[in-house]
Amino acid sequence: MLRRALAFLFLLASPLAAEEVVLGLSQDHVSITANFDGSEILIFGAVKREAPIPEGDPLDVVIAVSGPEYPLTVRRKEKRFGIWINTESLEIDSAPSFYAIATSAPFHDALSEVEDLRHKVSIPRAIRSVGAPYEIKDAAAFSKAVIRIRTNNGSYQLRENAIAVDQQTLFRTSIDLPANLTEGDYLTRIFLTRGGEVISQFETVIDVRKVGLERWLFTLSRQQPLLYGLLSLAIAIAAGWGASAAFRILRQS
Amino acid sequence: MQIYLPIAEVSVNAFLLLGLGGIVGVLSGMFGVGGGFLMTPLLFFIGIPPAVAVATEANQIVASSFSGVLAHLKKRTVDLKMGVVLLIGGLIGAALGVLLFNYLKSLGQVDLLVKLCYVVFLGVIGGLMFIESLGAIRKAKKNAPPTRRKKHNWIHGLPFKMRFRVSGLYISVIPPLIVGLCVGILAAIMGVGGGFIMVPAMIYLLGMPTKVVVGTSLFQIIFVTAFTTLLHATTNYTVDMALAVLLLVGGVIGAQIGTRIGTRLKAEQLRILLSLMVITVCGKLAFDLLVQPAELFSIGAVGGH
Repeated sequence: MLRRALAFLFLLASPLAAEEVVLGLSQDHVSITANFDGSEILIFGAVKREAPIPEGDPLDVVIAVSGPEYPLTVRRKEKRFGIWINTESLEIDSAPSFYAIATSAPFHDALSEVEDLRHKVSIPRAIRSVGAPYEIKDAAAFSKAVIRIRTNNGSYQLRENAIAVDQQTLFRTSIDLPANLTEGDYLTRIFLTRGGEVISQFETVIDVRKVGLERWLFTLSRQQPLLYGLLSLAIAIAAGWGASAAFRILRQS
Repeated sequence: MQIYLPIAEVSVNAFLLLGLGGIVGVLSGMFGVGGGFLMTPLLFFIGIPPAVAVATEANQIVASSFSGVLAHLKKRTVDLKMGVVLLIGGLIGAALGVLLFNYLKSLGQVDLLVKLCYVVFLGVIGGLMFIESLGAIRKAKKNAPPTRRKKHNWIHGLPFKMRFRVSGLYISVIPPLIVGLCVGILAAIMGVGGGFIMVPAMIYLLGMPTKVVVGTSLFQIIFVTAFTTLLHATTNYTVDMALAVLLLVGGVIGAQIGTRIGTRLKAEQLRILLSLMVITVCGKLAFDLLVQPAELFSIGAVGGH
């Protein structure tokens, strides 16, 4: 009885949270080992609700997974003196190293323009570029180029209709993480929408970390660079000498 | 078998790297070049970030050159004295080259300059070697005695003369110092060992016998590239040990095979093959500069590399 009263109060207090996400991930951390070759993460969940399924627009789900963000320099080549050289360059303030969107409907049916602007979900909105220098007239071409290049190599993905939603309650999809993954926290956002309006939002983090030998080498190269350099040279010289010795023995026998 | 490279942060096929290392190693052993001018562009092509490719390549050249120089030491085809003189010039040159490189980086356009350097030097050297060795082969076919290269020119008028027994030379130390210096500068800018410039310079400028040239240039390259590796490891953190190990395992085996092939070939044949290879790489780079690229835009990290 008490629980019901509380639930009722909760409903009154926040009518938007009438439907909430309960989420599951096949893994909440990705270990980059020596033989890492990309990974697939299964994202599945259910919609928790205290009331019957609302009538009207059906439930849609939008999932966005974003890798760590870094500033970038984008350069454009132009033909000068008969050869192609970099001429203009533009700094992008921040762009995620990886960005994947999955939706249960065509993107703009699942999420309205206004909500996209508010939550910065679509790929062009995930790239931040504050201001272009005066002499660059078509700054948009530069951020478009970032999206084009990264979409071609699998770092940016927009997969519409890739989320299966059952009975407006259960949903699941999978996100392909490519082999050229950068270490960091991968922010995963799940939006429940009706008629393009966000009705509930849930965030979690997928932890992508190097482990074992990869971790050890990476840490050593950053914290003890001289030692790391000397170790690299020692390995190189040992390998060179080893091969030489091995071939001498091989020839004598 | 895929392997994830910890510094480059990409996953590549381990056998592909072993194979690349092996092929470049064979060439390196045959011609006494570090193979960097071939390997660095190949690494770009398979998706290794340029900064990592250049730095790691320096480390790999150390290994293949070391393996090669041991084989040459056995055969007494290394002029250690000449090597040390070249090395002194080389280290000074490498330091100057790094300064010049950083200055150009601050101006932008460093990529273009590196590529133009490649095209000009590879083109000129490859072309000259090809013409010269073609002429030598023709003469050999006619059974005419090979014309001795000019033994006396302005170089012999310079002071500070020194006797280089292994090379059979008695010349001033200034030309080898300058050769070492120039190669060091170019090596630092172009991210290679510099053998493909030094070998012809030693043959045509210093008049060293071809047999000694290969071992001696390998000897000098070891130290210059080791110096470069340390510079990259401590300043840019771009030496990828996993990548280097795979490349050098293939590379050192290849270098041993290459050295043996090299001793069986005639000097003229060796030179004509090297020149053809140099011209091919030059042509490819020139082609890339002249033809409109499929993607006009490129992404780089802020700060140059």
